[in-house]
Formats: sequence, structure tokens, C-alpha cells
Amino acid sequence: MSQKIGYPDYMREYIKIVEETRERRLKERYRRLSSDERLELLKTWHPDYKEGTKRPIKIGPSAGLMVPHEVANLIEAYPLIDPNDIDLSRIDYDVDVLIIGSGGAGTSAAIWANIEGIPAENILITTKLRFGDANTKMAQGGIQAADRPNDSPARHFLDIMGGGLYANDPELVRELVRDAPFIIKWLEDLGVIFDKEPDGTMIEVSGGGASRNRMHSCKDYTGLEIMRVLMDEALNRGINVLEFSPAIELLTDDSGNRVTGAILWNMETKEYYIARAKAVILATGGYGRLHIQNFPTTNHYGATMDGVVLAYRVGAKLRDLDATQYHPTGAAYPDQILGLLITEKVRSMGAQLVNIDGEQFVYPLETRDAVSAAIIRECYGRNKGVVTPTGVRGVWLDTPMVDIIRGEGATKRYLSSVYRMYSRFGIDVTKEPILVFPTLHYMNGGVCINKYGQVLGVNGIIEGFFAAGEVTGGVHGKNRLMGNSLLEILVYGRRAGISAAKYVKSGVSPGKLTLNHIPKYVEELEKIGVQKDRRAPMLLPEYRGEKVLSKAIPIFPI
Amino acid sequence: MAGQTESKKTVKIYIMGREYEVPAGITIMKAVEYAGYQYIRGAGCRGGFCGACATIYRLKGDYRLYTALACQTTVQDGMYLVQIPFAPAEKVRYNIEELKPTGSTVLALYPEIARCVACNACTKACPQELQVMDAIQMIKRGDIAKAAELCFDCISCGLCSIRCPAEIVHYHVFQLVRRLYGKYIAPKAKHLEIRVKEVEEGKFDMELDNLVKMSPTELKELYDSRDIESPEG
Repeated sequence: MSQKIGYPDYMREYIKIVEETRERRLKERYRRLSSDERLELLKTWHPDYKEGTKRPIKIGPSAGLMVPHEVANLIEAYPLIDPNDIDLSRIDYDVDVLIIGSGGAGTSAAIWANIEGIPAENILITTKLRFGDANTKMAQGGIQAADRPNDSPARHFLDIMGGGLYANDPELVRELVRDAPFIIKWLEDLGVIFDKEPDGTMIEVSGGGASRNRMHSCKDYTGLEIMRVLMDEALNRGINVLEFSPAIELLTDDSGNRVTGAILWNMETKEYYIARAKAVILATGGYGRLHIQNFPTTNHYGATMDGVVLAYRVGAKLRDLDATQYHPTGAAYPDQILGLLITEKVRSMGAQLVNIDGEQFVYPLETRDAVSAAIIRECYGRNKGVVTPTGVRGVWLDTPMVDIIRGEGATKRYLSSVYRMYSRFGIDVTKEPILVFPTLHYMNGGVCINKYGQVLGVNGIIEGFFAAGEVTGGVHGKNRLMGNSLLEILVYGRRAGISAAKYVKSGVSPGKLTLNHIPKYVEELEKIGVQKDRRAPMLLPEYRGEKVLSKAIPIFPI
Repeated sequence: MAGQTESKKTVKIYIMGREYEVPAGITIMKAVEYAGYQYIRGAGCRGGFCGACATIYRLKGDYRLYTALACQTTVQDGMYLVQIPFAPAEKVRYNIEELKPTGSTVLALYPEIARCVACNACTKACPQELQVMDAIQMIKRGDIAKAAELCFDCISCGLCSIRCPAEIVHYHVFQLVRRLYGKYIAPKAKHLEIRVKEVEEGKFDMELDNLVKMSPTELKELYDSRDIESPEG
């Protein structure tokens, strides 16, 4: 039982305008942007180009890299622990492969390490929240793979490079598109239920910046369906998962160029655990909960960029963190769901973006950076947005077009989560359009890796250290395309898992456990005068009410 | 601006019995945080996909027990609520490669589904409004395909399972059912199999190797001139 609020009367008046222009727009195809027009639009209206929002990192292996202040504040921050308080001789978990993070990348890495010959009992997944609490579950629209006769991995490659403004690591992209069909086949064999024609042909739709219709989906629960199958498979294999125990620091050996384990922290009992591992795989995801430039986010509760912070302290290089992905269509109304994801698949299936006059202003399947910039321009440059009762600006996503174009029932069948979310608030998306505005969605950049999933420092690979998924950078360049994040976590989760297993099987002994990198990092922080109370990783965002926080006092020790 | 005064309204809610005044029109999850709680358990995706925030509540003067997702439900005046931090449930281990896609496979692994008395409490509890009981009944009839379809939008919040007098753990049962359908009953994508073979044979390697070597300018030229398939196919 919930209160079905629907639209206030004045918004209904604006909806009438959208309805009046719909029939004409059904025949209208908005012109696509040229590459130059896209760049021009980005420079003027994309939040990445807004002045005063970034600064160069001052210390560490990627000193000089421009990043948002919110990112720099966590990178230039003191550890949560004092090495003197930690007893590294009391080892709580001693494993071959330690995987930090339990989304699609971490879980597939665990499965593939096991397939590659590491016994399940020698693999440990540790995770901040519950097993599988990650952005993977929230991915709705689909997963790309060039598997139709009119498509090819080369086309997929080209789409990705253009989408990423040619800043991508071409080697990483090559492996991504080459592995893609295999990954879909693997998922099919595991029992993932894809949308298919009766003869088994995958139903594939387009996505922004894709030149072929290659988006495979499981209704609009694609990530959830993939994630729960991966979790089920990992549990069936007997892989251990430690929940509510984020890594708060990595451990290195004397050389400083090998990762040998991690310090985990039980968020409920507040005790730390020492985990020793021959190989460590970092799969901690991205940073939506940093609310860069105060944007709301589509991301899950734990998306606080912890992995980038930890990796940087042990010498990992970073890249492309100057580029943030704002998903064009976050919910702008009702306020209860502000910033939540409205999948791009709504546009793939025919819905147009429309301003207050009922007119299109951008081709709906441009790359995400361009569509977001166009929506911001429409709302703030041209004043053609609709303002909600709480003062949020947005444009219409004309959702009733989906059933008109694809047939009645298409929305309920293929976009059931969008339909459900809005009906909870008294809006029927098959009858009324919805109001949208860009929302913080994805960390385009991250930790540098090579095609084997090995983490790269200034002097080449860091031994025993692997990473996969959103925590890494390079695959997507400056802008990720729809459907390539689910693909990336599985392609590189698998590669990291296999590489870690091979590394372990090559006969390495467990490394010495030290926190030698911490005093060095702290010294650099002191040199640049970082305030002492700025500490990281963040672990959880702070959402408690101001009134409460202003009067909260810590009475219990620790 | 219209509605501004409305947003200043407050409601009284009772979090585990204790009264708090919170802004009207926000979700239960945001209200709990506004009241001063920091979630460790009970918050996951915050978008209706993960089932971490299963909530039960009653309203003043109403005997019924309601279920909801805290992140998808607006607070109401007089709501007495508690979130369920964890649903105890054992997942049976199996090797999917060794199973047959039949109702008896599911019954053998989760025999308690035979205890279903068709009371429909599960269906009433489902915050996704799924036909939960029907899905269980379909399994008992051996219709794995129909059961998988009915339970596809399950987010494993566990609210059905804590209401079930037969003590069925629906979401684990449904996971098995969906995998059986996806692996054994759904028709295979032949074009996918062909493409996987082509990739393995190295059919695309030369083209990819050439692309990897190209400069951004050369790539841009190709990108700008590529033909784009209509989204309608």
C-alpha cells in the first residue's frame, strides 16, 4: 500500500502538449550530430567541462592527473588506520586468491579462478555490503556483443573508440569485443534467461552510439538476472563470501611492488581481519555516491570509490578520471526516485526526448555524454525544461511511444521495472511521459590494467595484484557506451580470475605482510598540507539528517 | 514555486516503535536516515532492484500488516515500521550441469514446496506484485517455463518467505527454476554459437589488429563514415 501521487495539475497541462505533438513526431527522425558538433556541445554543456570542478592530483604515481575535487579529496586523504595499531602477525584468512568486491567483476573472477584450478576453499570474496550488492544488479538495459551476421567485433571496436573520444586503450578494447560473444554464450550456458525469439535468436536492440543493434537483454532486469546467476554459481562451487567486511587497506611485501593481502574491517563488530593472499583481485566498482558536482546518482549505496584509493596507495596508476558519466535519463519526478536510472533501452525501443513545447531537441541515441549535455542545454541554456514542484528541471521522455511503435504490451514485457517503479507512484508510463534529467552514473576512468587484468604501476605490473570492472580505466576512454559495462565486468573479471589463478599456480609463496607503503604516502600527504581529518576510504556516504548530526556525540570508545 | 509549501509538511512515523517527525513525501529509507540512522544493513541498491530494504509496517487504526521496499515507498503519517535486516534461509548447493529441468528436480532439492497450502500469503507480501503462489504451483505441476516467467522479476527480498506457513524459501527455489529454464528449456541462439566459433577460428583477428594500430585520426575517419543500422532493425 503506497500513496499514488501521480502528476500535479500543472504538469498534466504540459503533458497535453507532448500528446499533441506525438503523432507528428512518430514520423520525425531528429538529425544526428557530427563528431565536431558533439565536441562543441560537450565543451559548452557537459558537466566535465565546467570550470572549477576539478584539480590535478598532487601526489603519487599519477600526480598531475585532473580529477573532480570529490575524487581528489579522497585520494589526498589519510588512511583510516594507524599501522602501529595493526598486528600483522595474526592472520585471520590465508588464501590463494582474495577478491575484494562481490559485483559482477568480483564474482566472475572467483568463478573463473575456480575453473582455472584454484580450489573453492582457497578463494575468498570479501565485500562491503551483502554478496552481490553492486551496480551490476542495477544495470537494466543490456549487454553488448557483436553476434549477428551484419555485425562484427571490429564494428563494436569502432563504436567504442568513437564513443570514448579515442582516449581508450585499444588493446583492452580489442579483447573486450573479441571475448564478447563467448561471454554471452557462457551466460546462456549458465542459465541466464535472455530475451529471445521463439527460434532462439536473441532479440537485440540499439544503444546510444552503437552502429548495430547488439544489445542483449533480460527484460530491463539484465544486470539482476546476470548477477543472481553468477552468485548462485559461485555458491554452488562453495566459494566463501565475507559480507559487511570491506578492505580498508592493502598489504605489500618488502619490495613494495607486490600486493600480499588486505586489512578487512567488520563493519558490525568494528574489528579488523588480516587476510593474506598470493593474489589479490580488486573489483570494488565506482563512485556514484561521491555525488560529483552535487548530482544525484543511479549507483548503489556502497559506490564510494574505495578501490581506487587503496590501489593508489600501493602505486597503481590511474587514468581518465577527468571524465565522469552522467546518464542522460535519471528520474526528475517524483522526488522519491530522484536520480534513479531510467534505462537507455526506453529510447532504444523508440521513446523520444521532448522539451516543454513538445519538440525534440536531440537524436535520442547519441552517445550518453552528448544526450546529457543536450538535456542540460535544453533546461538551463534554452529554458525549455519543465520544473517540478520541488524545483527540479527536466525534459520529457515520451514513454507511451514504446507501445505505439513496438506494439501494445511491449513496455510491460520488456521494460517491466520502469513500468513498476512509476506505477508505485501513480504514473502509468504507457499512457503518460516521464520527466528526466542527467544523473551521475559511471566512473569512466580508474586503475590502469593490461589485457590480463594485471594492475599497472609506474614501473610496469604490480605483482600479485589484479583488477577488473568499473574500478579500472581504459576500456571506455572518456565515455562508456550502454551495454559495455556488463560486458566489461565479465570479460575482465574472467581474465583477472584466470590470471590470478595462473600466478598462484606458477608456484609463488605467500608474501610478507607489511604496511610499508602507508608511512611513505602519509609523508607525502603531510608535505602538501592535507588536513588531518580528511580520511579514506569513505566506505559509506553520510545521509543522516543535519539536525541529528549537529547534536551527535561519540560516547562509546571507538 | 508550486508545491514548495507542501514539501515543508511533516509526518510522524514510528521506527521500531520510537516516534520521529520527518518530512512528508520522502521514502521510508530517506526518512530513517533523516531521523539519524546510518544504514549498514537494510540498504543496498536504493533503486528497487536488490531487495535489501524489505520493510513491514502497520498504519494507525488498521490491523493489516503491510510489506514494502523502503527505497520505493513514501512515508505515511502513523506508520509503524521495521526493516528486516536479513532473512535466514539455506540455499541448496547443486551442479546445474547434472540436473534435469523438471518439477521433480526442484521438489528433490526443495521438498518443502510440497507443503504449500495455497494460502497466497506470499503473493500478498510481494512488493513486486508477482504471482508468487502461482509460480510455486506451476513447479508442482512441472511447468518450469511458466514458473520461471512468473518469478522473473523477483528481487529476493525474502518477504514472501517470512510470511509462508509452509516455510518455503521462494527466492532460492525460483533461482533454481530460472536457471533450469534458461539452460535447458529456452531455445539456444544459433547465431551466437556460430559467432563464437568464428572468433575462436581467428576470423576477425586481422581486422582487429589493424584497427588497434590505427591513429585516432584514422579511426575517426572510419567512425564518421560508418553506416548505422536503424534501431527498428
